[in-house]
Amino acid sequence: MNDINEGVTARRFLASTATLVLAAATIAVTPASLFAQDELNALVWCDHTDPALIEPFEKANNVKVNLKEYEGTGAGLSIIDQSRPGDWDVLVIDGVDVQRAVDKDILAEMPADALPNADIFPEVRMEANNSRDGKIYAVTEKFGYNTVSYDKTKVDPADMKDMSKLWSDKYKGRIAVYDYYLPMIGLTGIDLGKATADLTDADLPAIKDKLFALKANAKQVSDVVSSQTALATGEVDIVFGGGEWLTAGLVKDKPNLDWVIPEQGAVRWAQSIGVMKDSTKKELALKFVQYIVSPEGQARLATSSCYWAMPANAKAGDHLTAEQKTALRWDEQADYLKRTQLYPIPSAELDAKMQDAWTEMLQN
Amino acid sequence: MPAFSLEDAERRKAWGFVAPALLWTVAFFVAPFLFMVAMSLWAQQGGSIVRVWNLGNYIAFFEKDALFRGLTNSLEITAIVTVLSILLAYPLAWIIAERVPKKYQRTALILAILPFWTSYVVRSYSWLLVLSRNGVINQTLISTGLINEPLELASNRTATVIGFVHFFVMLLTLTIYANLVQLSPNYRRAAADLGANALQTFWHVILPLTMPGIMTGAFLTFVLCIGDYVTPQILGGNNELVLPQIIMLQLGRRADFPMAAALSIVLMLTVTAAYIACARWLKIERT
Repeated sequence: MNDINEGVTARRFLASTATLVLAAATIAVTPASLFAQDELNALVWCDHTDPALIEPFEKANNVKVNLKEYEGTGAGLSIIDQSRPGDWDVLVIDGVDVQRAVDKDILAEMPADALPNADIFPEVRMEANNSRDGKIYAVTEKFGYNTVSYDKTKVDPADMKDMSKLWSDKYKGRIAVYDYYLPMIGLTGIDLGKATADLTDADLPAIKDKLFALKANAKQVSDVVSSQTALATGEVDIVFGGGEWLTAGLVKDKPNLDWVIPEQGAVRWAQSIGVMKDSTKKELALKFVQYIVSPEGQARLATSSCYWAMPANAKAGDHLTAEQKTALRWDEQADYLKRTQLYPIPSAELDAKMQDAWTEMLQN
Repeated sequence: MPAFSLEDAERRKAWGFVAPALLWTVAFFVAPFLFMVAMSLWAQQGGSIVRVWNLGNYIAFFEKDALFRGLTNSLEITAIVTVLSILLAYPLAWIIAERVPKKYQRTALILAILPFWTSYVVRSYSWLLVLSRNGVINQTLISTGLINEPLELASNRTATVIGFVHFFVMLLTLTIYANLVQLSPNYRRAAADLGANALQTFWHVILPLTMPGIMTGAFLTFVLCIGDYVTPQILGGNNELVLPQIIMLQLGRRADFPMAAALSIVLMLTVTAAYIACARWLKIERT
């Protein structure tokens, strides 16, 4: 009896397996185009995950864009290292780190005539960063400033125009310092009268002393979300290292929040986008890049839900409302661009020393 | 000969049962661990990893005060949290086990572990809203006239400890309660017969017998607390760094995996030392 049952079970099992194998074989020989729309895999910053930005491209091209968000170039490059060649089609990366990606030979060359370079604000074209040996590997898509954000009902706005006031007793315990050593060392250097592009090992002792004094005056050193929360809830009145990306998106609900570029100047950040060298869908990936840097895409990216910041394409202004342009300080950009300096771009060795100085400051 | 074959078959069967778990452990713990050890002995130079064996990362850990303080900060916070959690959890577990009627004990336990049902990150941010300058505590104290200026309760070690203790009291309550309900009332009766008062009975009889529950909870608290990144990051305000935060700092921009691996090994060794210290209470079968 057992033998009979086992025989029936075995036959059923074989029949089921055969059905599954047949089904799998049918799926395998059927053209993929009959089943699924094309897919594009992009490794991005959080502002690209806004459906209002991505959906128009997906609909127009019948494509599904799979987005993976990362924070910090190191983390992004590690994800790529751990992936198979071809897993990623598009990469969004810190403008100052494009050369790191080029060194790793992961970005594809993009044809100059496919990109709206002439429409991009000249100060953020950043040819030295986005290109090598005359070949374009990335294009700037968004930029902004690490400067001073504040609650204008709690501090004297005139004081905020002078960066040195952040070291004064008047604002002791009322400041959040943005937790990213590159712009913050750049800003501290600016306060000391040192250009971000000229920073060397020799400048670090003075910068370190200044950072230690800043820490003593600050309430906290915090990431984007914690800094934004602290400012919005009144835990702090000033975010040093903040800017439009921290406050512009909150202006509707929190009109008391503002930001300024002090007389000493501030640091400018920029993010770039490029096509991955091992992508098997380079044409589609380039199309995505073109969409992101188009005036329409740029307006959506500038006002995406994660954070607002200036679009790199000057023509995006035609697609922004007057209210949005006011929040982004559109009309003041010419002045801001003149008064700000790009992030420091340290060598790997200087970068490690800067990180050590920052860690010491945090532990102090 | 037949006896040997049977034994052999039994042995093969036993290996067959153990093999999946063994393979799983080798593939997902032993192999990654060995890779991490190897990684910790390499170096990050000029933005890339140099695969030359050296102890540079470990030497840097002991030489650079900012890195070493990550470990001491972690140990201090973990010790404070563990002690406070035990002091709060023991009476709670005792009340549930001894004072709450049997039929309500399950409800009392569910209420005690209710905070576990909320996301860890959400719970930490909630504490930030409670402890901040405009938070519930400060507003209450100011509105009742007890203070004029808000207390600095957030973005410091106190906030981190409060966030941790809130979480781990629940965990310790469970392990201590499980131990307390297993104790026979005869122990207390015997102590009373021998002339011990309530305090002496607790100190000489109940407490030693509940040490396994305390130490199991304490060890779990130690492991989870010393390896946690979220709570110090949200509540501590980066005014001091614990070891997991320093590990993250190595990876964020520079992707210094060798240094991050070395610091992770230090963290693992610390947990191993804690296990060895607690091992006598962590045995599954006690004599």
